[in-house]
Amino acid sequence: MFSVARTSLLALRRDRAAFVLSFILPIAFFSIFAVIFGGRHDTTPRVKVILVDEDKSEASRGLVRGLSRESSLIVATHPEPSGKDAPVPPDYTAATAEAAVKAGEFSVALIIPSGFGQHPVGFGPDSNAVPLQLLNDSSDMIAPQVVIGMLQKAAFTSMPAVMAQQGMQYSERYLGDFTPAQRAKMQASLDDLKRVQSNLENSSSSGSDTASSASIIAVNTRSVVGDNKNNSMISFYAAAIGVMFLLFTATGSAGALLDEAESGALDRVLSSRITMTRLLAGKLFYNTVLAFIQLVAMFLWGWAVFKLDFFSHLAGFTVMGIATAFSVAAFGLLLASACHTRAQLGALSTLLILIMSSIGGSMFPRFLMPENIQKAGLLTLNAWAIDGFTKVFWRNLPVTSLGPQVGVLLGAGIVLFLIARRVARRWEYA
Amino acid sequence: MTPTATALEPKTSHDTPTALPLRVVSLAKRFGQTVALDGVSLEVKAGECVGLLGPNGAGKSTLIRSIVGRVLPDSGSVEVFGLAAGSMGARMALGWIPQEIALYPRITVRENLAAFGRYFALSRTQIHDSVAWCLKWAALEDRAGDIAKTLSGGMKRRLNMAAGLVHRPRIVLMDEPTVGVDPQSRNRIFEMIESLRAEGTAIVYTTHYMEEAERLCDRIAIIDHGKVIAQGTKDALVRDVFGQRSQVLARFSSPVPGIVAWAESHGGRLVDSTAEFTIEHSSQVGPLLESAASAGLILDDVSIRRPNLESVFLHLTGRELRD
Repeated sequence: MFSVARTSLLALRRDRAAFVLSFILPIAFFSIFAVIFGGRHDTTPRVKVILVDEDKSEASRGLVRGLSRESSLIVATHPEPSGKDAPVPPDYTAATAEAAVKAGEFSVALIIPSGFGQHPVGFGPDSNAVPLQLLNDSSDMIAPQVVIGMLQKAAFTSMPAVMAQQGMQYSERYLGDFTPAQRAKMQASLDDLKRVQSNLENSSSSGSDTASSASIIAVNTRSVVGDNKNNSMISFYAAAIGVMFLLFTATGSAGALLDEAESGALDRVLSSRITMTRLLAGKLFYNTVLAFIQLVAMFLWGWAVFKLDFFSHLAGFTVMGIATAFSVAAFGLLLASACHTRAQLGALSTLLILIMSSIGGSMFPRFLMPENIQKAGLLTLNAWAIDGFTKVFWRNLPVTSLGPQVGVLLGAGIVLFLIARRVARRWEYA
Repeated sequence: MTPTATALEPKTSHDTPTALPLRVVSLAKRFGQTVALDGVSLEVKAGECVGLLGPNGAGKSTLIRSIVGRVLPDSGSVEVFGLAAGSMGARMALGWIPQEIALYPRITVRENLAAFGRYFALSRTQIHDSVAWCLKWAALEDRAGDIAKTLSGGMKRRLNMAAGLVHRPRIVLMDEPTVGVDPQSRNRIFEMIESLRAEGTAIVYTTHYMEEAERLCDRIAIIDHGKVIAQGTKDALVRDVFGQRSQVLARFSSPVPGIVAWAESHGGRLVDSTAEFTIEHSSQVGPLLESAASAGLILDDVSIRRPNLESVFLHLTGRELRD
């Protein structure tokens, strides 16, 4: 028994890269998950929300100020200027805000309609409060909950005077008219409250940490993306899981290069009319086609079993599928070219693919991750591929909107291939 | 055994018709501190089979790989029909049969041959004809549909050879094609090579088996430590090294140290438990054996033979071919 174990250990020690990676892999992967889910509050993901103030009342402005101070929200009232010195674009309207949510630029848009200031808060079912409009992308189920929670908090902390005034109105309505003396006294108290509120707003405090679950501000929520899909996350997971396994299979397939090098077949091929560039290009083409067919099979399965709306998105799927397949094929080719043995390739590819998949959104959506991890995710093929497929299947965006994703994937594929070609020079001549 | 040849149109239209199939001039190559080739020069004429005879590590494979263009020499030159090694013309004119079984194990025999045909840019018709020729040449027609890795060792060797000929080269480099095969398969491989020679294909054949070189090669180049130390026909090599001298082989049932001491005192050496001497005349045998008896050695048997390539190699290098 020990002699067998000893022989296995000797073989592992001879392949030092595989030996080292077998220890690095679990540590690296553990560290990534620890960073993402380790409860580091300074990197908690923040919800990106658009605020559209159609009311322009004292109450609505207070609400906007209150929400803007919330550290858990990234509030925008207008699009980012196109350059440093560019003029600030006009504020979002209900229509442009909805378009931005549909395009995936923001998770939520909150529209404060005209008339909100007249009846900002309401208690009870017969309330005549004007509800806010919350537009959301139903793929992100957390963002609207966060915004609604913050909204209630802001109502208490940012509009105390409005709240008090509304309370007085309720009292007068249900208890009878106040006397002029009572009315004057209440007005004085209200003025004091407004002064306190003004002082608070001028301070840097972000408000109390206490939260209220009472819905004193009415909100009508409407999903502008994915609302009509009964298979909400299928397209996301088809892309997310698909890309991860594509990376594995592309790397495994490219590993045939190592087998051919070891058997001498590679030498033999290179002594024919086939040059190294043509050889690698042939492998790239084959692995691209293979990866694309795998994607087709996966999405067809999603269509047949999970009612994924595949055939309505054929053009977008084809464009994204080819770009994704090309980039993962080039990635696999680079890894195979860089490794000396199958064991090395197995260890290195597992390490890289699991890291890429975890921070790139193949294992869980990127919007759940801390901001810095979300940014790091943009360095992965997974993130761009998933974003592209999400645009096609989730947001129903046209093929023309896939420019950034397709550009990055094809560009990355070309760069990876060129590096693979450079690395493969070691096989060309002795 | 000779199949009907379906010669392909030569793909190399740029070579010089009168140029030698192979001309190697002062080829040198180092790998780090190791000198693999040290000024090797060699020529192969049309239809000639030249054997590269040498022990493992002598530089035979490096020489072959330099000719194929897979090793870049530090100095010297290689021309294939007047074309530089590694050029497209040279690649098309050359067939390389590497020592390893360099095939695709998971596809069939026929598919392997067709794949290499495509790598040489043969047309569909050419591939069809050439694959048929190769299958017949390698006696693998009835195994054409078998997966390569399921073949026996000898069959894999034959397929390995056929894959190097699918583009019908005019000069073939064979790097120890009989390594690891049984005697029966070896004989079949010899027949394949002889049929190729009969067609006029030039061959460079590396081996460390003397018998193979003697049987197959018109001319032999003995290579050791990266140098060609002698070359010529077998008879010329033996004549140049030994003249008219003969060899006496004597076996004794005595302790080895005593045999070694006695053999060395009479200018001989012990090879595989046999004392070996070179003599000018047969009359020297009697006194030699008397001397052995005087030294207390018990003689089992004695023979006289003409020296062979093994003797030549031993004489020139001081070591055996299989060392």
